[in-house]
Amino acid sequence: MQVELRQRSEASRLMVWLSPLLALLLTFIFGTLLFAALGYDPLRALYAYFIKPLTEAWSLEEIVVKATPLALIGVGLALVFRANVWNIGAEGQYTVGAICGSVLPVMLPDLQGPLILPAMLACGVLGGMAWAAIPAFFRIRFGASEILTSLMLVYVAQLLLDWLVRGPWRDPDGYNFPESRLFAADAVIPALAGRMHFGTIFALIAVAALAILLGRTLKGFEFRVIGAAPRAGTFAGFSERRSILAVLAVSGGLAGLAGIAEVAGTIGQLHPSISPGYGFTAIIAAFLGRLNPLGVLCASLLLALTYIGGESAQVSLGVSDKITRVFQGAILIFVLACDVFIRYRLHIHPRRQPACPIHEPAQAKEVP
Amino acid sequence: MTGSEAVILTIVTAATPLLLAALGELVTERSGVLNLGVEGMMIVGAVTGFAGAQLTGSAYLGVLSAVAGGMALSGLFGLLVLRLAANQVASGLALTLLGLGLSGMIGEAFIGQPGLKLERLYIPVLTDLPVVGAILFGQDLLVYVSAALAVCVSRFLFHTRGGLALRAVGNNHASAHMLGVSVIRTRFLAVLFGGACSGLAGGYLSLAYTPQWVEGMTAGRGWIALALVVFASWMPLRAAIGAYLFGGALILQFHAQAEGIPLPPQFLSALPYLATVAALVILSRDRWRARHDSPTCLGQVFVPDR
Amino acid sequence: MPGRNVLLEARGIVKRFGGLAANDHIDLTVRAGEIHALLGENGAGKSTLVKILYGSLQPDAGTVAWAGKQVAIGNPSEARALGIGMVFQHFSLFEGLTVAENIALALPPNAGRRGLAADVRSVSEAYGLPLDPAARVSGLPVGVRQRIEIVRCLLQRPRLIVMDEPTSVLTPQEAERLFETLRRLAGEGCAVLYISHRLEEIRQLCHAATVLRHGRVVGQPDPKTATAAQLARMMVGVDVEGEGGRRARRSRRGGTAAPVRLAVRGLSQSRGTAFGVALDDVSLEVRGGEILGVAGVAGNGQDELFAALSGEVPALDHAAVEIDGRACGRMGPAARRRLGAAFIPEERLGHAAVPEMRLSDNAVLTRHGTDPELVTGGLLRLSRARSLARRIVQRFDVRAPSGDPEARALSGGNLQKFVVGRELDRKPGVLAVSQPSWGVDIGAATEIRRGLAALADGGAAVLAISQDLDEILEISDRIAVISRGRLSPAVPASETTREAIGLLMGGAGD
Repeated sequence: MQVELRQRSEASRLMVWLSPLLALLLTFIFGTLLFAALGYDPLRALYAYFIKPLTEAWSLEEIVVKATPLALIGVGLALVFRANVWNIGAEGQYTVGAICGSVLPVMLPDLQGPLILPAMLACGVLGGMAWAAIPAFFRIRFGASEILTSLMLVYVAQLLLDWLVRGPWRDPDGYNFPESRLFAADAVIPALAGRMHFGTIFALIAVAALAILLGRTLKGFEFRVIGAAPRAGTFAGFSERRSILAVLAVSGGLAGLAGIAEVAGTIGQLHPSISPGYGFTAIIAAFLGRLNPLGVLCASLLLALTYIGGESAQVSLGVSDKITRVFQGAILIFVLACDVFIRYRLHIHPRRQPACPIHEPAQAKEVP
Repeated sequence: MTGSEAVILTIVTAATPLLLAALGELVTERSGVLNLGVEGMMIVGAVTGFAGAQLTGSAYLGVLSAVAGGMALSGLFGLLVLRLAANQVASGLALTLLGLGLSGMIGEAFIGQPGLKLERLYIPVLTDLPVVGAILFGQDLLVYVSAALAVCVSRFLFHTRGGLALRAVGNNHASAHMLGVSVIRTRFLAVLFGGACSGLAGGYLSLAYTPQWVEGMTAGRGWIALALVVFASWMPLRAAIGAYLFGGALILQFHAQAEGIPLPPQFLSALPYLATVAALVILSRDRWRARHDSPTCLGQVFVPDR
Repeated sequence: MPGRNVLLEARGIVKRFGGLAANDHIDLTVRAGEIHALLGENGAGKSTLVKILYGSLQPDAGTVAWAGKQVAIGNPSEARALGIGMVFQHFSLFEGLTVAENIALALPPNAGRRGLAADVRSVSEAYGLPLDPAARVSGLPVGVRQRIEIVRCLLQRPRLIVMDEPTSVLTPQEAERLFETLRRLAGEGCAVLYISHRLEEIRQLCHAATVLRHGRVVGQPDPKTATAAQLARMMVGVDVEGEGGRRARRSRRGGTAAPVRLAVRGLSQSRGTAFGVALDDVSLEVRGGEILGVAGVAGNGQDELFAALSGEVPALDHAAVEIDGRACGRMGPAARRRLGAAFIPEERLGHAAVPEMRLSDNAVLTRHGTDPELVTGGLLRLSRARSLARRIVQRFDVRAPSGDPEARALSGGNLQKFVVGRELDRKPGVLAVSQPSWGVDIGAATEIRRGLAALADGGAAVLAISQDLDEILEISDRIAVISRGRLSPAVPASETTREAIGLLMGGAGD
């Protein structure tokens, strides 16, 4: 049997919708096998992982809390990826955003008033933008691949955070724990309900804004053209360099906002592990959401569920929480595999058809 | 053993995994495939290598299972980008994320266990030679393997027909297909070789560099190896030089800390990453590129029609 | 020469791509020592048939017999083992490899690399095709590249050589030398399958011919006795207004009285990329109402000239380019369009149009700056873009599979009509176009050329860059030749000859 791909003349509209669902189905099948292999009852494990968190109010809240940074970072990544710019250092931009946003509450803890929070958020956005501008500059000025430079800067940002909370920013009353002082009340993002805070509103605004930007504006059109065919973009009069800088700045800014919103909204202080890998998981959210802002929002909720589900399965069955990362990786693999069917049709034929049914192919090599 | 000998020995151990992974990726990229999953394959190699050694009691069998682990993951990548024509950048990232997850899960049982260490060779007289003895004749086996591999890859690429075909596929896959070179098969083999090398590099970390399993122990070395390939402008022997330079940078940082340099340790730890960025920036300039052309088809999807 | 032995016999070859039958029961017989023309328009199925014979495509049905025995050709190596060699039109050399490496790749694996250089030398001397085995391909001109292909093919001692449009990249003089080589090969008993749509060449060179149309064989005329008009009729299926259809030279218009609408003055530009060509002191003027043709062999600076005109690569000197008397050397493409200029590049997919985007988006691509109704306040007006795309499709007879398809879903000719129509619909004052009918069937090419002529007749200045000398001669009022980045002075088309242009293309003007 031979399987081959045949290009469709146009992208399949049906598969655009079907492919992420198919990927999820495959992930569930994979999960069943994985749980069975680990010696758990697959049905109970899958229930604990994917259903149980949806049945309780606190875990639903927690899903929204975790989906917030994922959506903020993810829509930014959808934008850069559409422009064919590979920012994989969102985790670093998130970290630097958290650091810059924390400058005020940590260094000037006595500062009070309603302006402090907006100032913190602005600092966070600018910090993320600045961190993303570094690979943008290197790409534009020297042609250095933003893939590697943006990723290297993740490690640098994490070390910077580590140094700050163990050194100059360590809480003087914190018994030597590596963490900053707790933020004052004015420096904390107000709660919406329960654990949820106003950062979620930012995420919704970001999703809406980027949906309009990408789908409806000339600027968004420009980014899409540059991403799909840079030469056509230049021909249209768009500047590739400006686009690279713009999309990296926007996605860095959103990651920075996610960072400071998480620190000022959910955590309330800086410490070395402010992210369970949001910046990387958001890459999965971007692809699972078809690089479409609304899709990214849905995907963020789903990926947040994998975080909570991991904890839930650990509590109720003793499954290792490490399995969360496996699930997340597997989802991305399956999405990428299923996306192929948007542009290609699978063609299966029983055997490679011999051109001349009478003779064996081997005879082609023998010429009398 | 003198202090400087010890430094050189540690540079060699730090450089070896970088060299192994970079050589594998170099061959993969020469065939026109960009596999960004080196970090993932490396960490899986590290955990399967460690697990293999623990379960069999032999560090050498551990090395083999490290190779198998890396290859298994690269096979998955090959399936995605070669059979299913998926985007190479995204698939590479997926591979890294999956690899990090899988390694965490597999490795959970081994956390804190004392590991088996690959022995250093001891050749009576030779290893005892002053100055050069321990450096030239007292390393573990994989150090020699990595050096030999650099030479072999170079010979293969530039002096054999298979190497010519591999470079041709990376240079122009449509023409290679027209000439009857199987693009997909060549690339699949190159991807598997890359996976084997990355797995080996990971195994080196958990069996020789620091013989234990620590989650995330590759610490970005896979990405540095990717940068090394650019640094080496796709030439194996230059990759060896680059690996030793980077190994030096990694070790310098430890020794600077030990010497009590008045800088926070985090700053020193950041140096290899900053050095990588600097190297990428310097080597990406047009003038350099014009002289050493990269594989033209790097990252492009190829679907043959039949 | 029907008496000769039949070397290759293909019967009932069928190959389908999706719903389209690229080859529909094709029969082909080639005899030893014969130069056999395979004639047809673009899309007639020539390339598909040849790929099947060379083993890089597998037929859905049909048989191939080689020297009387049925064979299955599974891949190109098997074809070469049989004695079938191929000289490709495009994309078959490896830029990053040396001449010797390029040749070694096509030889059987056991051929030693040591003797290769000597073989290359002996073959290239014997057939008058000089080559340096150690040179890297990336720096070599087109003519030399073709020599590599031919030598590579000859080293395999083939009994049949397939040549795909070999003269499309050659000057007339180089083509003549190629014909000498081919006649010699045929004299030695080697068969040549010669693919072309250039009728004169075929009448000069070939002994037999098979004409394809829409994937079927429509005739096997004798090229020695058939007239060019007869061959053309067979190829196209309808009467092509005699010789005049292709050859109707424009009567000179515009005159010296009309204003200069496009001017380039002393434009020099360094090579953009490592393999590019530097422009060297290029000057030209195009007046309203005239078409200036720029002839030249591919890779002599055409791309760079076009990029300098469109503003994709702005000039260093602002005064080097003028549109309607206004200096615009440092302006980008959008600003130049606002001055009333329009541009049509050679590459349709990825340059003139974004393959994955719909026609409505592609309409916005070049008109977002000049059509205020398409963008208001930074927002795209999607329905207006769709009606613009519909208007272009209707006015320029673009056959699209659905209402607003992706650009890549269109055939080459239809996409070209869309891309040309998108600009003509704007009624620009200045138009620069590169390869207006490259890879397009005769019907579409005629329409496109008529469109360009009508635009010029309306008072616009048109500059057309083309490698197709027939096209240049047909549409131009004045002709200039580009060679190694230098542009010859333009001369009236009525005062020059094909030979004179050919000499300039070969660099005689340097």
